[in-house]
Formats: sequence, structure tokens, C-alpha cells
Amino acid sequence: MHIADQISQYLLSGLSTGAIYALIGVGFAIIHNSTGIINFAQGEFVMLGGMLTLFFLTALKLPLLVSIILAIAVATLVGIAFERLAIRPMKNASPISLVIITIGGSILIRGIAMLIWGKDTHALPTFSGNDPIQLGEATILPQHLWIFAVTVIVIICSKLYFNYTISGKAMRACAYNSRAAGLVGIDVRRMVLFSFAISAAMGSMAGIIIAPLTMTSYDVGIMLGLKGFCAAIIGGMSSGLGTVFGGIILGVLESLGAGLLSSGYKDAIAFIILLIILLVRPQGLFKKGDTERV
Amino acid sequence: MMDKRSLLKHEAVKFIPFALLILALPMAFREGYLLNVFVFVGIHTLLAVALNLLLGYAGQISLGQAAFFGLGAYGSGILTATHGLNPWLAMVLVAAAVGVLAFLIGFPILKLKGHYLAMATLGFGIIVYIVFNEAVDVTGGPSGLSGIPNLAVGGITFDSDFKNYYLIWGITLLTILLSLNLVNSRIGRGLRAIHDSEVAARVMGVNVRLLKVQIFALSAVISSVAGSLYAYTMTFVSPTSFGFNFSVELVTMVIIGGLGSIYGSFLGAALLTLLPEFLRAFQDYDIVVYGFLLIFMTMYMPGGLVRGIPALVGRIAERIGIRKKVDA
Amino acid sequence: MLKRATFILTFVVSLAILAGSALAAPPIKIGGLFAVTGPASFLGEPERNTAQMVVSEINASGGIKGRKLELIVYDTQGDATKAVQAANRLIKDDKVSAIIGPSTTGDTMAVIPVAEKAQIPLISCAAGSKITDPVKKWVFKTAQNDGLAVAKIYENLKRKKIAKVAILTVSDGFGSSGREQLKAQAAAHGMQIVSDDTYGPKDTDMTAQLTKIRGSGAQAVICWGTNPGPAVIARNAKQLGLKLPLYMSHGVSSKKFIELAGDASEGIVLPSGRVIVADLLPNSDRQKKSLIAFVKDYQKHYNAEGDHFGGHAWDALMLLKGAIERGSDNPAAIRNQLERTRNFAGIGGVFTYSPNDHAGLAKDAFVLVEIRKRDFALVK
Repeated sequence: MHIADQISQYLLSGLSTGAIYALIGVGFAIIHNSTGIINFAQGEFVMLGGMLTLFFLTALKLPLLVSIILAIAVATLVGIAFERLAIRPMKNASPISLVIITIGGSILIRGIAMLIWGKDTHALPTFSGNDPIQLGEATILPQHLWIFAVTVIVIICSKLYFNYTISGKAMRACAYNSRAAGLVGIDVRRMVLFSFAISAAMGSMAGIIIAPLTMTSYDVGIMLGLKGFCAAIIGGMSSGLGTVFGGIILGVLESLGAGLLSSGYKDAIAFIILLIILLVRPQGLFKKGDTERV
Repeated sequence: MMDKRSLLKHEAVKFIPFALLILALPMAFREGYLLNVFVFVGIHTLLAVALNLLLGYAGQISLGQAAFFGLGAYGSGILTATHGLNPWLAMVLVAAAVGVLAFLIGFPILKLKGHYLAMATLGFGIIVYIVFNEAVDVTGGPSGLSGIPNLAVGGITFDSDFKNYYLIWGITLLTILLSLNLVNSRIGRGLRAIHDSEVAARVMGVNVRLLKVQIFALSAVISSVAGSLYAYTMTFVSPTSFGFNFSVELVTMVIIGGLGSIYGSFLGAALLTLLPEFLRAFQDYDIVVYGFLLIFMTMYMPGGLVRGIPALVGRIAERIGIRKKVDA
Repeated sequence: MLKRATFILTFVVSLAILAGSALAAPPIKIGGLFAVTGPASFLGEPERNTAQMVVSEINASGGIKGRKLELIVYDTQGDATKAVQAANRLIKDDKVSAIIGPSTTGDTMAVIPVAEKAQIPLISCAAGSKITDPVKKWVFKTAQNDGLAVAKIYENLKRKKIAKVAILTVSDGFGSSGREQLKAQAAAHGMQIVSDDTYGPKDTDMTAQLTKIRGSGAQAVICWGTNPGPAVIARNAKQLGLKLPLYMSHGVSSKKFIELAGDASEGIVLPSGRVIVADLLPNSDRQKKSLIAFVKDYQKHYNAEGDHFGGHAWDALMLLKGAIERGSDNPAAIRNQLERTRNFAGIGGVFTYSPNDHAGLAKDAFVLVEIRKRDFALVK
């Protein structure tokens, strides 16, 4: 097989995993931008999306679409509960305490999921069949198209939301300066709650559309969460295109790394890129530099 | 500000009873398994003190501390088991190498702050973990490296819990003493200044950048020594002991114990090492209890055990007082 | 009134139980170390369930020599430090006569020095060949060596006149042990490994590795891992239209794999313990009786399919039972009797231990099976 054909497959595979990372990364970015918090529990919403859909689908025998809607709703409620119970009471806490709280939350959510649904891995049915789609010499699955489509829709919606709605603009105001936002009459606490709800919904959506490909179990959230986080950092914590590019860069480099260099060290490659970007361009690849606030 | 003499007295009043208590503990345990658990409490205390210097005093988070612990353990393990080096020599060489490594990566990494620093150290920890797993020819890969010798001095081989207890706690107590000395010195004041405001510290003439890197390297060296001691005690190492989870556990020890308190680090290390022994009764539920404790402690005992316990006792006493009144 | 009656009844019953247990001989204590939670829980959970099941069955039928068994299980979480602490607790505090487990090779290697020093027999449920090679006085194991499974695959490939293979192994203890054996035995079977790749246990897409394999000139792919990775690989191979024969390890020899991989599992060949094909075996098969008993009991207790990981714990406890029946519950006696075990037909195979063999199984411990129409079929 020709090397160029191989590379086209690497690129296409990288693109599809990258889109997954991007979708998860956007959730990170939304919370970070409105609160300054890195939510280490973000990966657990991805897990909840997949596991809840499976639960409604198999245990309650509901149709797929209903299961998906219910799963997103329940995951969003978990996000809201998490914010109300663990984040809001900590309004003056240091970043370190908040990191620990979200790590604790992620352990707790994962543990409860394990107790309820057990430790087995489960497969979800694909949305529209398993017949591969040929693109030149490379192939993808119909499910990948779903992933691309959802990613695009999410990005467009978040762009519209943040730029053209009052509450979106208010949330952006909180991100720039929450005290000033409070002074002009924005309910900052409500915006924080909102951001948790939105990113829980997005995380669970990502979990649902990838579960037919990657399968799902109580502990899928850890690695996917970390990768999504890398995507967000590379993208400069943008809730739009930056993170999408971040995810795609990460996915493509991983796939090229696995194919051309060493499959064992491909995750190391991802994290080395993360380190380099953090050190050289901490504001992300696509953002102009910010002046540091004292 | 206390003068030097009263400071010395102040610290001695706490340290001497603590050291005596630690040295007397084995009498209470005899040869039971708790003695073995407390050997690990010793190693974890060493690690927690090291991280506390960085996190509690200088205010710099590290989510990759397990990497330095692992480098110490694997370094000593490989040099002794594979290359037949003297264990003491291996420990010193590895600690020096880890110190240099930490110094070199410290300069760029410690420029970052808050979440970004957390993420960078996390990334470093994961990279090191992947190397432990993948460099099978050197590290033995996921099934680990065995055949590591015990430490020995003169005619004594440290091959029992009893002997290891005194070896490890000896080193740990010494480290505690040195750390107390450090945090009460000019350097300690410099660190606390950085914690409160880097700009202010710089204005006051503290070389912020160098001091941060130095403390990062010191903390790495202590962690590396702890890793060597771990390898010689276990006579076996495998990657799972040095992953992201363990880094988080270490941060938890420091925070639960009390940021900026050396004795707090001991309390945190002891609690988190003993906790699984108590949670065994919960079986599969222990992960939930652990997560819950982590959130609960951070929310309701932000000062850690070392400040929280006295406060809690006070509050409970107060509440009981109120209850009594209502009943009457 | 009723309350008081209940109280008296409870009181009398507990008194009777107390008296009963005081009269009966003290139970024989056995320790269990399993990775019930954490990344190796796919091993630890069925092992713990099986161990508890076997002990309750033994006790229900009167125990061993009239004495009940008491099983004390601790979770190692697949972490060497926790495994060593738990082993110390079993030995020093619970004072067990023998230990079964741990589940993983790493945990076992960590616990071996503890067991050797305390002189307590340890029957590991992990597969790594270095557990019993070189032989350690107090350490035995029940899981088949990975090398046996590798040999089974290579022999089949040779018969199909295939000489160039690609290997794709998971980067954990299970995969690295398989990879080591695949590489070590290749030359002896005339195999050439043209592509040597790994994937992470939590990876979600392996098309990159498979694309590389497609370009490597390999005639067959051998994948070594446990669920869910191999199921992802099977699906990815189908997506890429990879026409090469796909071999898996015994790590996926359960119906779970077929459920996860779906139609992509069709035609996959793998070595397996006999437990998944118990009902297909001829009646002359020595293991059939044990296998059927295990499968039936597991179904009854847990309403689930018993797999061969659980089988490792079944074998360990039954070997222990045999040793205690022949000797006593003294650790040294158990060890000596274990070493004299001859032709014990268990789940993993027919065990014969000797002073220079503490693994006890021959190559026939594995059979080769092929997945046909979502079920396992024996390959002749």
C-alpha cells in the first residue's frame, strides 16, 4: 500500500478523534471562561452521557432518541447539582482548592456510576449503520459524520449564543471581569450555574455520539477528559474554533505519531505538545497575547 | 517576630514529643500489620512534607509529584537490581540526578501559574509514567521490576518492618527537622512572600524565580529519596504506584493535613494511608467515600486537619452546649 | 407483644449460633487478594465472586474435614503498594493459612517477597511466567502461561502457511507479557514479526496502527489485550476493510467480547481455556466435569456467565482444598501437599505440580476457538 494512502487514512482518523477531543474541550473552555475554574470532572459528564443513554435504552427499553434526550437532561442536572453543592459554597477559595474539589467530584461521580452500573464495558448501537464510507483510499464510518456534524452545530450555536444573546454576552462579561460584571447588574452566580449546565450538556452529548464507536464504561471519562483539556489549552481556552483546531491538531498528531513514529509513545507525544505550547504560548496557538494581571 | 531563641524553643516543644511518639509507636504495634502500614506512612510523610514546601509555603501546585517519587524508585531499582550498584550510592546518585532534572524543567514550568502550572506538571507526570510503562527493556514495563536489594549498613540488613520503620522514620524525622529549620529561616519568609504576592516579593528583593525553582528541586530530591526508600523496602516497583492518581493522593494529603504545616503533612499522610484500611469494610464503596471525603474536607476544613480539628472540637462543644439549652 | 416475641426469638437463635460456633472447630482461614476495583477489575471481580462462591459451596457441603472455610478478601486495586499492605494484614493480623491471588502479575511479584518471608503458600491467579520461573518455594499459580497461548496461535498459523505476522498489544501487564512471548517464540516457529505496535488500554481508535499494519506486508494480525480494546480493533479492521486473518488472545475469551465487537467478531480465532466451550467438549475430556460444575454454579450464584478468569480462582481454591484434605491446614503442610498435586482436572487445565514446576500446566491447557455466528466453535 502506498505511503500517501496511509497518510490520508492517518489524517482522516486523526480528524475524527480530533473532533471528539474538540467537543469535550469546548465544555472545559466554557466553564473556565466564565469562572476561571478548570473542571476536572468534565470527563465524567462524557461518561454519564454514554452510560445514561445505555441505561435508558437497555434497562428502561426507551427508543434511542428519547434515551439521548433524557441522558443529556440528567447529565445537565448532575452538572447543576455539582455547581450548587460543591462550587458555589466555595466562592472565595483558591484555585488549588477548586482543583481538588473538581477532582473529588470526578472521583465521586465515577464511583457512583461504578456502583450503579458495574464495571463492565458496553456497546451502544450506531445511529446509522456500520458500512464504511470510502474517501479516496481512506475510510470512515457514518458515526464519524455524526461526530463532525454535532461538533459543527455545537460550535455554531456557541458562537451565536456568546455573540448575539444577552445571557451569552453576560457570560462573556463574567469571563473578562466578574466583579465588574456584577457591578453592571449581571447575576454572576447565575452565569456560573449556567456555564456548568451548558458544559455538562455538551460533555454528555459528546459522550453519547462517541459511545457507539469507543464503547462506554464507568471509567472512560479520565483519559477523554484529559485529552479534551489538552485540546482546549492548545486552542487557548476558546469556546469556538480555537478549541476545534486544538482538538484536530492533537488528534492528527496522535494518529501520525502512532502510525509513523511509535504507537506506545503516542500519548506522550500529545502531552509533550501540551507542555511545549504551555511554555511557549500559554495563551494558546490562536490567540494574541494577553497582558498578565497582577 | 520571635527572636531566634524563643523560636527554637517553640519548635522544640512540638518536635521532641512528636519524635518520641513516633519512636515509641512500634512498642504499641508489636509485629502486627499496622507496623507495616506505618512504614508506608513514613514514606508518604516524606513525600507530603516535600510537596508541602512547594504547595503550602511557596504556593506552587504540582500534579506530577509522583513522577519524582517514581524516578527515585526506578532509578535506584535499576541501578541496584540491573547494574549491581551499592544501594546507598544509587540513592544518592539518583537523588542528585533528579534534582538537576527538576532544576532544569523548573525554570520554564514555574513561569506558569495556577491551573496552567497544574496542567503542565500533570503533563510531565503522565509523560514519565508512560516511559515507565513503555521502556520495557529498562524498567520491566507494566509487570514491574523485581530483585531490588534491601538497604544494609554494617552488619544490619533492613529487611523487616521493624528495622525499616526506624530507618525510614529516622530519615523522615531528620527531613522534618531540616524543613522546620528552612521554613523558619529567611528562605521560608521569602517563600511565604511569594505565596502572598510575587510582585510584592520581588519588590522586597526576593529573587522569586530562582527561589521557586530551588524549592521545586528540593522537593523533587526529597521525593526521589522517598522513592528509593520505597524501592528498597518493597524490593519491587511497578508503574501503577506512580501514576496520576498517586499525584492527586499526595496533593490531597497536603491539603487535608493543612497547607503550610509540616505536622499537618504527617496527619494527612497518616490519614490517607490508614483510610483504605478502615474503608476495607466498605469494599467497593471506598472510591465513593474517598471522593466524598475529598470534597467535604476541602469545603469544611479549608485549613486542614491541623487547624480544623481544634476548630471542629470547639464548634461541636458549642453546638452541644446549645442543644442542652434547648432541651432544658 | 409481637416485638417481645421477636426479641426473645432473636436472642435464643443468636445464643444457639454462639454455642454452635463455640463447639465446632475453628474455621480454616484463607486470604484472597484480588484487584476488585481499578483497571484490572475485569480479572479481580470474577475471581472474587468465584472464590466466595466456591467457599460457600464447600461450607454448605460440610467444609473440609468438618471444618468450615473462612475467606478474607482484600482489594488490591491493581496497585503494588496496596497489595503488599493487604498481604501483610492477611498474614500478620488475620493469620491466614494460605493466600490465593493476586490477580495481576505486577501485584503478584510485589507480594512474593512477603509470602516467601512469612512462609505462607501463595497461589497466584496471574499469568506472567516469571511468577514461577524461577521456582519459588511458597509460590504457585493457576493461570496458564501466556507462552502456551502464543504457541497455540503460531502452530495454527504455520499450518495455514503464514510466516509474516503483525502484532498489536495493549500497553499494560497483560499485553506486555503477551508481546514478550510473541517475540520470544517467533523464531522457533519460523515466524517473522513485520510490525510491532501497541495501544493504550483506554484508547478509542486504533485505525492508525491498523493502517500501518496494512502497509507492512503482514499476512495475519495478532492482537493481545482485554476488553474493550480488541473489540475496537475488530471494528476498526472491518471499517478499514482489512482482509487479513485476525487472531486474539485468551484475554477476550468470553461472550462479552462478541457482544462488544458485534458482527466484526466473525471469523476471529483465539486460544482459550475450555470454559467457554464446555458443552462442546467430548465426554471423554477430563476437565468436562469441573467445567460444567463451575459454569452451573456461577450461573446459579450470580446469574452471569462464568469466565476463565474466575476459573483461576476456582482452580486455586480447589487445589488448596485438595492439599488441606490430604494434609492439614498448617501452611508448611499445605505447601508440601500442593507440590504433590497430580492430574487435578480444573478449569484452566490439568494441573501437575512438582518441585521444579509450580505452574503445573501443559500446552493442552488451551484450545483454539473461532467465532462463528456470534458463538465460539472449536478449531480442529
